[in-house]
Formats: sequence, C-alpha cells, structure tokens
Amino acid sequence: MTSHTSTHDGFEDRHDRPAGNPNPPPEPDPGPGESLGREAWRRLRQNHAAMFSLGLLVVITIACVAGPWLSPWGLADVDWNAFGVPPTLEGMHLLGTDANGRDLLTRTLYGGRVSLSVALVATVVSLVIGVLYGAISGYVGGRTDNLMMRFVDIMYSLPFMFLVILLMVVFGRNIFLIYAAIGAVEWLDMARIVRGQTLALKRREFIEAAHALGVKDSRIITRHLIPNTLGPVIIYVTLTVPKVILLESFLSFLGLGVQEPLTSWGVLISEGTDQMQSAPWMLLVPAVCLALTLFCLNFLGDGLRDALDPRTR
Amino acid sequence: MLTYTAKRLAMAIPTLLIVITVSFFLMRVAPGGPFDGERQLPPEIENNLRAAYHLDEPLPMQYLRYMGNLLQGDFGPSFKYKDFSVTQLILQGFPVSLELGGLAIGLALIIGLPLGVIAALRRNSTVDYMVMGIALGGIAVPNFVIAPILALVFGVLLAWLPAGGWNGGALPNLVLPVIALAIQQIAYIARMMRASMIETLGSHFIRTARAKGLSERQVIWRHALRPSMLPVISYLGPAIAGIITGSVVIEQIFGLPGIGRYFVQGALNRDYTLVMGTVVFYGVLIVLMNLVVDLLYSALDPQIRYDD
Amino acid sequence: MRLTTLMGVGALCALLATGPLPAGAGEPDEAAVLHRANGAEPSSLDPQLGTGSWESNITGDLFEGLLARDAAGELIPGVAQRWDVSADGLTYTFHLRENARWSDGTPVTAGDFVYAWRRLLSPELGAAYAYLLFPVANARAINHGEQAAETLGVQAVDEHTLTVTLTRPTGYFPELLAHPSTFPVPEQAIRAHGSRWTQPGNMVSNGAFELTEWVSHGHITARRNADFHDAAGVSLQAVTYYPIDDARAALNRFRTGEMDMIDSVPTDRLDWARRSMPRALHVSPMLGTFYFAFNQREGSVLTDRRIREALNLATRRRIITERITRLDQPPAWSLVPDAIDHYDGPRFDFADSPLEERMARARQLMQDAGYSPAHPLKLTIDYITNPETRRIPVALAAMWQPLGVDVTLINSDAAVYYAKLRQGDFQIGMAPWVADYNDASNFLDLFRSGVPNNHSGYHHPAYDRLMAEAGETLDPGKRARLMADAEQRLLDDAALLPLYFYVRAVMVSPRLTGWQENPLDIHPSRWIRFRSGTGQ
Repeated sequence: MTSHTSTHDGFEDRHDRPAGNPNPPPEPDPGPGESLGREAWRRLRQNHAAMFSLGLLVVITIACVAGPWLSPWGLADVDWNAFGVPPTLEGMHLLGTDANGRDLLTRTLYGGRVSLSVALVATVVSLVIGVLYGAISGYVGGRTDNLMMRFVDIMYSLPFMFLVILLMVVFGRNIFLIYAAIGAVEWLDMARIVRGQTLALKRREFIEAAHALGVKDSRIITRHLIPNTLGPVIIYVTLTVPKVILLESFLSFLGLGVQEPLTSWGVLISEGTDQMQSAPWMLLVPAVCLALTLFCLNFLGDGLRDALDPRTR
Repeated sequence: MLTYTAKRLAMAIPTLLIVITVSFFLMRVAPGGPFDGERQLPPEIENNLRAAYHLDEPLPMQYLRYMGNLLQGDFGPSFKYKDFSVTQLILQGFPVSLELGGLAIGLALIIGLPLGVIAALRRNSTVDYMVMGIALGGIAVPNFVIAPILALVFGVLLAWLPAGGWNGGALPNLVLPVIALAIQQIAYIARMMRASMIETLGSHFIRTARAKGLSERQVIWRHALRPSMLPVISYLGPAIAGIITGSVVIEQIFGLPGIGRYFVQGALNRDYTLVMGTVVFYGVLIVLMNLVVDLLYSALDPQIRYDD
Repeated sequence: MRLTTLMGVGALCALLATGPLPAGAGEPDEAAVLHRANGAEPSSLDPQLGTGSWESNITGDLFEGLLARDAAGELIPGVAQRWDVSADGLTYTFHLRENARWSDGTPVTAGDFVYAWRRLLSPELGAAYAYLLFPVANARAINHGEQAAETLGVQAVDEHTLTVTLTRPTGYFPELLAHPSTFPVPEQAIRAHGSRWTQPGNMVSNGAFELTEWVSHGHITARRNADFHDAAGVSLQAVTYYPIDDARAALNRFRTGEMDMIDSVPTDRLDWARRSMPRALHVSPMLGTFYFAFNQREGSVLTDRRIREALNLATRRRIITERITRLDQPPAWSLVPDAIDHYDGPRFDFADSPLEERMARARQLMQDAGYSPAHPLKLTIDYITNPETRRIPVALAAMWQPLGVDVTLINSDAAVYYAKLRQGDFQIGMAPWVADYNDASNFLDLFRSGVPNNHSGYHHPAYDRLMAEAGETLDPGKRARLMADAEQRLLDDAALLPLYFYVRAVMVSPRLTGWQENPLDIHPSRWIRFRSGTGQ
C-alpha cells in the first residue's frame, strides 16, 4: 500500500468517524503498513461464528470434491436390490438410495460439486459485473446513468428461457454455460442495489472532498464508494447463492442444465419433493446440505462485512 | 422531478422497442416450433397452419407485421390456447396474480421490515439470531417445497383451509398461496433491512444526530429508517414486477388461474404470440417499477438528485 | 375496503360457479355438480381442434356425434339412431334421430354433419385430427388442398338421412364417428362469432351439457342441456372441469372433497392409495404403448438389427414397471396393446426367456456387431422433461451398460424434443402412443413408410404391402391376421423398443355411480350420478 492510498483512507476516516461513537466499538488502529486484506483477515479470525462457518464450508467443499472417491458406489451405479430404500448399512447406503436405486450420499456429494461451483461462479460474475456496473452508473450519473440503467431494464425484460435455449444452441450443452447464463441475470439486482447506494453516497462529504482533492474517478469508485456499499452487497450475495442454486435446478428440469446421471442439490431437492411423503430422506439429505451451506455463508458474510467495514478500519 | 419523470417515460418507448425486437428474434431462432408436439402433423397441414399464422413469410416481414398489430394494441391469438387472444389471457389472469402478489408483498413488508429493524437494533442478541435463523430458513427452503407442504398440512391433514383453487378470490383460498409466496420475500426483506440498518446506524450522520442529543427513537425514526430503505427498495422494484406477474410453481400447486405459468408454458410451447405478450407486459412493469424506485430514492434521501 | 370487494367478487363467482366447497357442504337444494380434475387446460373447445383427452373429455360432454359411448366405452347410437352398411362395405347410410337438437333449440340435421366434416378437412382449419376422416372418399385430397370440399363423399339425402361413401372398406369406421373430431359443429354460431364461437354465450352445442363458464386455467363449467334428446337420463345438473396439471395437487383436492374425480395419482402415493383409499382408486389398462424409437435412417448405427435386438433383450421391463413407474403396467413385448379388440398379435420370441439367457444372447449379438465392454458402443437417448417418465432412460442406461453400451442421456423440453424427432436428429427417443380409436391399425400405421409419426424412419416394402392389404380387407378375421403378420415383421426386425402398455391410475369418489373402467378411458359425464343421499 502506497502512502498515497493511506492518505485517502485516512481522509475518509477523518470525515466519517467522529469521536465518541459507541457502535461499533473502536478497533485498535492498524499498524502502519498492514495491508487491507491482512487486517480484514485478522478481524475475521476474531469472529468465532464466521470462522466456524468458514471451517464448515471448507469441510463441505472437501467432502464434495473428495468424498465420491471414497464411496463404494458411483454416480450412476444402480443397486438393483435397493430402489428408494431409507438409510441402511445393507449395501452401504448410509443416506439411502434414490428412486432409481442409486446411492443418495454419493449423488449428494456429486451434486454438491455442481451446486457449489454454480453458486461460486455465478455469484462472482454477478458480484463483479453488478458492483462495478452499479457503482459506475450511480457515480457518473446523468445521461450515462440513464442509459446504463435502461440497459438493465432491457436485460430484466428479455425472456430468460429463450436466452438460455439460444446459448445452448450456440455453445452446445455445457455446464459452464449454465453458470454464465445465471450470472448474466443475477448481476442485474446487484447493479440496481449498488447504484442506489452510490447515488446516496456520492453526495456525502467524504466523496465530494475526494473529488475536490482531484482524486481520479476510478479511484473514488473502487476505494471509497464500493467499500461503503459492502454491507448490502455482501448480504445480497448471501441471498444470491440459494437463488442461483435453485435456478440451476429449474434449468435442469427443462433440460437446459445438468444432464442425468449428473445431478445437483437443486435437482435432488426438486426430485425429493416429489417423493417427500413416501421417502422423506430424498428431500431431507440435499435440503440439509443446502441449508447448512447457506447458514455458513450467512455467518461468514456477516463476519466479512464487519471485517471489511471501512469505518471501523 | 416532473420533467425527470416525463423524460423517463419518454425513454420507456425506445427501451421497450429494443426489448420487443430482441425478444422477437431471440425467440424465433430458438429450435422447435409451435407445431412440434407428440402428434406430428402431416406436412400439408403444417404448411396450412404456418400460412394461417403468417409463419411462412420471411422473418423481417413477420416482425413488421407483428409491430404493426402491436401498435393497434393487438397481441394476436395465442398459438396454444386457440380460443383466446393473448390480451384476453393476460387480462383474465393478471388480476389474480396481482391480488396474490400484492398481498404477498404487503405481508412481506409488514413482517419483514420490522423484523429487520429489530434484528439490527438488537444486533448479536438472541432476538437477532432467532430472527435471522428463521429468515435463513425461509431462504433455504424453496417455494416448490414449502407450497406442497402447506397444502398438505393445512389443506388436507388439518383441513383448515382449501387445498387449492381460486374460487373467485375468496379469502380462505388466498391464505396458503399468499403465505407460500411471502415467506421468501419476508426473509429477503428482513435480511436486507437488517444489514442496511446496521450500515446506517454506523454512519457519520447518525452519529452526528446522536451527538446532538436526539433520543434513540428520534434517531431511528427520523434519520436511520429512510436511508436504510434504499437497498430494500432497489431490490423491491424488479421483485414486485416479478411477484405480481405470478409464480408458475404456486399456480400449479394451488391450481390458480394466474399469468405466471404463461411465462414458462408460453416459452415451452413456443407460443410465439403469448411469449411476446408476456415480454411486453413484463417489460412495461419493469420500466415502471424501476422508475418508481428511482423516484422513491429522492423521496427517501433528499441528497439524491437527478440533475438532467 | 379491499377485503369487502374481494368477498363481493368471491360471492358472485360462487353463485355462477357453485364454487368448490368441501364435500357434503352443499345445501340440499344445490343440485348435483360434478367436480372433475382434468389434466390440463384445453387448447380449444372446438371439438375439431382438440388433440388431447383433456379436450375430448369436455367436448365429448358438450357435443354428440353420429355415434356415442356408454359408460363402459362401448359404441352406442348417438345422433344416428341406426345405420346400414352396403354389402361392399363402401356406403354407410345413417338415420338421424328426429329429436336431436342444438342447445338453441334448432334441430341437428344431416346438413350439419356435411358442414362439419367439410370444415374438419378444410386446409384452412389445419386440424391435426383431420386424418381420422381419410377413409371417406376424396377426404385426403380435400385436406391437402387438391380438391374442392364439395367433392367429399358425404351427402345429406334429407334432413335426417346421411350417406357416406368410403374410398375402401374400413371396418373401424364406426369407431371414428365417436371421436369428437367428427362431431357436428354449429354452423350458425361459427358464422356469427368466427373464432370466438367457443366462448360461453356464443357456443351452441348438441351434447348432454352446454358451456356456461370458462376461466382460462381456472375452471370450465357446463350445465345440463335441456334440449339434449336424452336430457331426462342425465342426472348431473352441472359439471366443472379443473385443469389441474400437478398430480399431488389433484390428490390433495380429492382428499379434501373439492374434486370428485381426478385423472392422475402421484406415483409415490400409489401404495398409500392402494391401502387407504381402495374404493376410490382405479388402476385399469389403457390403449397405449410406451416405447422407444430406434432411429433407422441411413447412417445411424441403429440400422444394425443385432444392436436393436440386443438392447431389447437386455431391457428388464418388469423392473421398470414395478420399481420405476410403480404402476405395474403389463410389460410390452410387442407394439399393439393386448387390450385392443379383435386382434391377437405376436410377441418377441424371447418374452419368456430367463434373464441370463437373454443377456447371453444380447452379449453375443453385440459382439457380432463389434462391441463389448472393452470397446463400448456410444449411444444417446433423448427424452422429454416429464416427471413420470424421466427416470426410465436412466434405468435403461444402467441395464445396457453390461453389454458394452455407453449411454449419454439428453433431456429436452417437448418442443425441442419433437423437433429433433421430426428431423431424425436422435438415436433412441421416447415415443409414447395412445390410441385414437380401438383398432390395431392405429398402432401399426406408425411404422408405414413416410407417415408423419414414423419417428424411426422404419421402411420396409413388405410391411407396407401387408398393411395396405389389411386396409383393403373386409373380413375382420383375415384383416387381423394380415396385421399380425405385419407386426411379426416389426418384431423380427426389432424395429422398436416397447417397454409397457399404458395403465391409468385415477380416483373416483365412491359417492359416484355410472363411472366404469374402460380401456379408452372415456367417461362421459352424462352417465355419472351421485348415489342417492350423497351429493344432492
């Protein structure tokens, strides 16, 4: 971090953190030279809920990546003696089998790979595009803002299903396509939210002062505007993840997403719903995995928000 | 403000024009056509049908024809629901979706906003954790799971409410679908409200207000609440447009005559006219809702101005 | 204020629709109204435009053809009281009942049939089922726009006498006359209202019921038609049809008594229904075959008969019907369902062989064709996104794996799927077929060269010859034998992969009588009544 940067970070601090503020409690000033990332990480480590969630997410990810190799059953292996059986040690179906006689644990782990990667990619795409787009639109304002937001309106209104069908025709059946398609619609909400925040922020003293001091616009946006929108952004990201995972299952149902025998948590949940009265484990297993992941992401998101909060730096 | 609104409304026309044009061609390049079904038609009959719907003309010609009809307010007959025009279908179904969606949004705001505020004020307390835990549950359980459970438990097993049907919008028929629609929105709104309230409470001007010696209640009501609404409002604009245009899942599970299914079925049946009808309808709603949101911004935060 | 308006609207609709109240809640005055769950929203209530059972269930109640069906699905006189057939089987003379009336009071005449049939065949209407009348002289040419409608082989001799001339003897011709596509349509209403003639208020019909209300995707209500010739025999005051496309939703509403009849049962609730509602559950065979088509167009690997036979051998049909679909459908070892009348067809010769034997033979065939687990054959199966059948291709892939067949599954939405089928852009594709009429030819015609629904591109001159000869044959026994010979060819060629014959699971309230299981799954509301003291 150059001295130039720290001037501006400090500058923001001066204007936005008056003395005697009880909430949040003042943190000890970071030593000079400590980078933004390392400092945030230090703060995050102090948040037990966030760290526990992070640990659990890592465990879930490792299980999904490595777990299938340990399972005696493959993704498509059918146990002809066990169609839709509840969890049992017989045949080592620890979480039962699905209606096609395939091991549910194995399939849930495989499904986790798809769902977690869809969530990761689509969310990152929506985050990057949405935040930058929204911040630029709101900050520049005027005609640019108007044009950029009308483009968002257009994207909202286009029939999403045809967009995906067409992508599929052009690029073939490709799982990365799903990620792209989902990311391509999910950034719209993010852009609207960030733009709204930016409109409110850009009249604040610290932004106008930075402007007056001749700080480049790109720097104001990345250093001052975006960090101050992080609260809603992080929360919206944690809301986007379940949306994306379930949207993927809808696309798969239409034949536009993952194809059998591959599966995803969203697909497993929707299949499980069909059987929920006669075979509740088919719904519970993937649903619990999804819920657990969301809870973790949520606590991690809250922790990250606090750790990255520019005002408490 | 009036000039701004007028300008925005004027801009809606080119916006919608682009939406219509892109959608029209997007839809027509997609594989599969309106006559591809289980019973394959003899080529002669299919040709007759294509001619009847002018599908035998070159695409640009069809586009001009469609735009010409649209200018006269004619969305054309549905390909799939042959006895109805697209306008009829939307006019018949929209009041149902509007009522369900409107009630669901209302319910979500009434419950979600206070929950979010309370959680923010009691940050990291038991109340906060409980509220956010429940909200997360609402987010994690998709409505295609929640709706059949509601129908089964309250409709069939307890028999407190009808398990489905519209029945002209009678109150008992509305309860379950509205709840199923609202749960997720409550969760979203509460989560976003909490986050943005926390953000606002930590900001400079609230601390100034506190320093001036205003009571906590005044600080919250006069100063914190309105700017905290911004992200929620940003989210709500498109969300409302989505919710009042119905949900295919809710409509199927509760057997409701809304328009949500047309968005999915229209596309699946390659019902070209119906798809275009829903696109135009939804596009208008999106443009309007986002305009309302932008106007609300400056109402909520006087610092936000639209200069030109 | 909002609430009161809502309630006002609700009350109004309830008055009009006698809305779905829980069972037994009806006041004694409220006459018997049948609440029927009906699969899907009709595409049209024009009897000539419908293609699905969800349409013919309604149009069959609203209109009546020359022939009708009783509760058992058997043919009975409809508008025609009786008919004579000439010795050569080419001329039918129908004598129409004098008391047949449209719901506006005007008589149903022979001229109405002439008008309706010409309309059905007109190229402009583009009716998918126009082909049902192709046995009638010049019908095909008229439908293809090559001949004037007036040349159709149907004449109104007088108000109540109709003569029909066929191109060639057609034993099953009377069957076609009970299909809604051949029913009369009201010229007066169509002239007055154009394409809007099917709206309530515009529609005039001649069946047991007349249309009173239609809320798209909500409900359709028809009340008893006082002008119907057998109005006295109709017990129901009204029928309301609900387009419920979710089987679980239908079951829920049946259990609460909102529905009196539902036309599907979710597969995972079947065992439960067998135990808890045995009196309401009806599982009965239907005239339909669920099979997969092998693409046998030039260039396809499936032109190799050995592969087709091996796949047939390795398919364990019982597992599919017992564990996947769970409806215990009869496994299909041929194309034509057993329930088809006047036909006794062949079966695969290995139908009763034990699995090991079949697998050994299949492996051998695959080896001969040059494939083995070490050198697998790559195949694709295309199927439609349909919750009831999507698990079958998954099971097939697992069953064929030991043969050295490596299957890629491709699931598409229906429009894309059928477009691929039409273009021959597939290897193995799901092909459900439910009969339009009770005759083996309705199935066997699917494999004649160049017909629209011949998805496989199967082409065999000897097969076409046998079918053509059967079409010319008047003697039912001889005709059946010719068709059985043709089917034998099909099986010898392993031209298709039949899986099972359709079975339908439905629920009918035990309070109803006059509903009978039948293989056509046609249940006119006209025969249905509430047991005394249960619904009225």
